[in-house]
Amino acid sequence: MATKPKSAKKAPAKASKADMLKFYSDMLLIRRFEEKAGQLYGMGKIAGFCHLYIGQEAVVTGMQACLKDGDQVITGYRDHGHMLACGLDPNGVMAELTGRIGGLSRGKGGSMHMFSKEKNFYGGHGIVGAQVPLGTGLAFANKYRGNDNVSLAYFGDGAANQGQVYEAFNMASLWKLPVIYVIENNMYAMGTSVERASAEVELFKRGISFEIEGEEVDGMDVLAVREAGEKAVKHARAGKGPYILEMKTYRYRGHSMSDPAKYRKREEVDDIRTHHDPIEGLKGQIIEQGYATEDDLKKIDNEIKAIVKEAADFSLASPEPDASELWTDVLIEGAA
Amino acid sequence: MSVDILMPALSPTMEEGTLSRWLKKEGDAVKSGDIIAEIETDKATMEVEAVDEGILSRIVVPEGTEGVKVNAIIAVLSSEGEDVVRSAPKSASALAKAERVAPEADKPEIAAPEQPRAKVVADASLPAGTTFTETTVRDALRDAMAEEMRRDERVFVMGEEVAQYQGAYKVTRELLQEFGERRVIDTPITEHGFAGLGVGAAFAGLRPVVEFMTFNFAMQAIDHIINSAAKTLYMSGGQMGCPIVFRGPNGAASRVGAQHSQDYSAWYAQIPGLKVIAPYDAADAKGLLKAAIRDPNPVVFLEHELLYGQSFPVPDGDFVLPIGKAAVKRQGTDVTLVAHSRMVGYALQAAERLAADGISAEVIDLRTLRPLDTDTVVESVKKTSRLVCCEEGWRYFGVGAEIAATVVSEAFDYLDAPPIRVHQKDVPLPYAANLEALSLPNADDIVAAVKKVCEGGL
Repeated sequence: MATKPKSAKKAPAKASKADMLKFYSDMLLIRRFEEKAGQLYGMGKIAGFCHLYIGQEAVVTGMQACLKDGDQVITGYRDHGHMLACGLDPNGVMAELTGRIGGLSRGKGGSMHMFSKEKNFYGGHGIVGAQVPLGTGLAFANKYRGNDNVSLAYFGDGAANQGQVYEAFNMASLWKLPVIYVIENNMYAMGTSVERASAEVELFKRGISFEIEGEEVDGMDVLAVREAGEKAVKHARAGKGPYILEMKTYRYRGHSMSDPAKYRKREEVDDIRTHHDPIEGLKGQIIEQGYATEDDLKKIDNEIKAIVKEAADFSLASPEPDASELWTDVLIEGAA
Repeated sequence: MSVDILMPALSPTMEEGTLSRWLKKEGDAVKSGDIIAEIETDKATMEVEAVDEGILSRIVVPEGTEGVKVNAIIAVLSSEGEDVVRSAPKSASALAKAERVAPEADKPEIAAPEQPRAKVVADASLPAGTTFTETTVRDALRDAMAEEMRRDERVFVMGEEVAQYQGAYKVTRELLQEFGERRVIDTPITEHGFAGLGVGAAFAGLRPVVEFMTFNFAMQAIDHIINSAAKTLYMSGGQMGCPIVFRGPNGAASRVGAQHSQDYSAWYAQIPGLKVIAPYDAADAKGLLKAAIRDPNPVVFLEHELLYGQSFPVPDGDFVLPIGKAAVKRQGTDVTLVAHSRMVGYALQAAERLAADGISAEVIDLRTLRPLDTDTVVESVKKTSRLVCCEEGWRYFGVGAEIAATVVSEAFDYLDAPPIRVHQKDVPLPYAANLEALSLPNADDIVAAVKKVCEGGL
């Protein structure tokens, strides 16, 4: 039975004081971390491609709150936020960006390639859409083992036009695999808007042919994200198969650091920042509900700034990998 | 406290740019994320965003300035309430300092350390009293999978028609009956998708054996084989292994035309992070497939459809061979024939015929293409002084080219003649029987090549 995808306006989602303060802190860590990464890029300390997550923080923060131990996360190349949300060490992430031995991949991966088996974070993939079958394979492993873990496969509106995404959708639905496809629709695939690239712009409907339920979510509202995420995770965990969440979100910065951003108007960016910023929005709710004062939040800000400063300092103090690292980690030596 | 605002690099290659416009003036309050200036590079005009908040206390580089070096101080930001004037002299000296910073690329190059040689593994020696059973290559492969599935619950087989149909070439015959549909999985026709799904399952610690109905179809999946399976261990600094086997028939079958008849040996053998195996006989097929399934790395296992029905003696019991060891299939003294997969059969036939002409050919079966056991080849050439490389694939950038180059660089002084390559003709494989036969290399071609390499006497 194909279920009609839903795009209904809902009542505002609610959360406890502790949850709201945690979300505020988690989102702010990503924001400040990414700002610092942008700054280090500008200083020439970070090189190559560097895709910042600024503006999209609510998506990964809200989804992470729905997971339990053993659930897996995989994403594409705009991945620093996902790593921090999964609990990867900010020092290790930043030092990977600067290409140092203290980086999570010992300086061999870079911005787009970090992993942590311990935290169930499976990367960090640079080929657009590749993470979708890979994430479906993580879900396959959960089903094979008979546990009730789920995997989250994040991808963008750009990846949503890759063929392999639909190959994965088909198998996930056919085999009822516990995977949640989180489409982070930030409106632009590099410089191409969704309207210019997609015949069906409501991406949550892309699962219809595969009998996968889909839902549109305000990806700038962390509480709405969590509410939708909990429903999707419950569905997958119960053995009912995959679920699609289309997060309507927005990236403030360019596609990568070398993006002149001529495909959109400055006013568009300013409007989202002013009226829909996920962090400012949550801050307003926290103060309105009396959960914290401006001063309390300033204290959190300062704690976050200290963490990010430490990460930056660490990333610059850590040495480059030894030349002997060139030849290691190509293959695992010895038998299994 | 004041913060210096530096000329940012907006692309990996930018060294300098023009500061075309200030959007804030001295004394303005600035928030993180505010656009403070526009700069131009040779590629584009871009905006400079503030990363800290404060008061723009001093503009160091006026708008319209060209050739502003990356990392030069362009302005100074002061915390609110700070004495703006006092911070100015400090920034001027900082400017001079910042401009002296050498770009990282100017650092002296350190020579790359030498590539470590692949460890030479000892061949498996069979214990005395080992019994053998005459087995087809097809059943040897099947038995290898069945034995490893019995041994390790994490091993599963997936691919098109591997379960209910019993395998398009019956290589997975009766696996479904023994192991059930949880571990023997029919996929839709979706190579890119199931290859990626298999890699994801391997990341999660399972041991997938992914069958491609033929490696021709794996071209749709090659991105996952290379970018996802082969490179991830390195990109993760050694954390994320990918224990997976991609297997299926490779190379020409019989009269199936160009799109179903390509030899991918050289393609996969070029990729660091993969192991690549291409056996000839049934014993090697079994011993190496078992090793591949146990290996913690991604393995591409190239079979040959035209060998599936051929029978060879296979040692009974848990027969596992080392990956990365060539086998001398026939001893000889006058010329070394190097081959893999089906070409080993032709090389052995050629050697038999050459013996009648008084030429003693040594036949080396590479068995593994990566890591490549060049030691065995070089040692043989030091004895024979002549080399003929035989492969079913095209000549350009091929396995034979690699072998010949290695021998020339490591045993040049031992060679009595330039190495010769035997290979498929440089055309897509034709359908017509006569043209197909003309296109593919065979024992006659090898005999002719040996005669040529022996011109001038032994």
